[in-house]
Amino acid sequence: MASTQLKAQLNDLLNSMFAMDFLDEQFKQLQMLEDGSCPGFISEVITIFCDDAERILSLITELLSKPVVDFEKVDAYVHQLKGSSSSVGAKRVALVCIKFRNVCQESDKEGCIATLHEIRREFDELNKKFRIMLQLEQQIQALDSKR
Amino acid sequence: MAAVATQPQFHVLAVDDSVLDRKLIERLLKTSSYQVTTVDSGSKALEFLGLQDENSEDAVSFSSHNQEVEVNLIITDYCMPGMTGYDLLKKVKESSSLRDIPVVIMSSENIPSRINRCMEEGADEFFLKPVQLSDVSRLKPHILKKSTKCEDLNQNKSGTTISSSTNNISGNR
Repeated sequence: MASTQLKAQLNDLLNSMFAMDFLDEQFKQLQMLEDGSCPGFISEVITIFCDDAERILSLITELLSKPVVDFEKVDAYVHQLKGSSSSVGAKRVALVCIKFRNVCQESDKEGCIATLHEIRREFDELNKKFRIMLQLEQQIQALDSKR
Repeated sequence: MAAVATQPQFHVLAVDDSVLDRKLIERLLKTSSYQVTTVDSGSKALEFLGLQDENSEDAVSFSSHNQEVEVNLIITDYCMPGMTGYDLLKKVKESSSLRDIPVVIMSSENIPSRINRCMEEGADEFFLKPVQLSDVSRLKPHILKKSTKCEDLNQNKSGTTISSSTNNISGNR
């Protein structure tokens, strides 16, 4: 497939992610920071974010599975996730994190578990889109470098 | 802007426990032509700056307080486990060798009392995260202000201008 077609696909994907609030202005900042001197920047940052989010979500799941929940620890992890999702412009995930901190602060276990499911859903969807985005970028780079 | 060969590159020490945020701040600073060192904790920052943190388990003892590498600005996250950015700020401002280094605090939370506390303790700026390029453009005046002060001191001393890239300015390091 020609790289122009792939670029159009990538553009469409990003536009829809912005339109549906998967991504916000902060992601555009990241795009500005990627240039000739640092071509893999976005890919690196997104990969760090996704790996870190997976790790945090697993840890939170474990904490919430205990009979007595350490809400402070859960809150600390959610705070981390909120920070990193804001840093990459992952708007929807960041918003659910805010919701999560509220139920955490009320020591509401049921609320936490429900919100955890919500974050999981949001993150999984975002992760899928990010993977497609990175794949497209890689393919485009491979094609462009052959010229 | 054409690069001038004799222009010293300013060196920023960035402190943040988040890998992601360290990557970001590094990129932001490098894009703005700063030399960058990143560390993941306040105690590592103090170690780098040549001060021993008595509470740190893995602090290396320095026989003298000679700063190995010149740091023109410290930018630190507020919320970190162990030593917070505020604690680091205090330690820097309490140190005779480091107090002139401008310190900028970053935080994801917009809490006025927190901001005031930091500014009162001597922070030069407070950035809300996520930090953007427009924020980084506000750093230069703080670095230049300190750098000019040092150059003036040296001019008064010897009558010749010493470039700010040398390490032996501001006397008592």
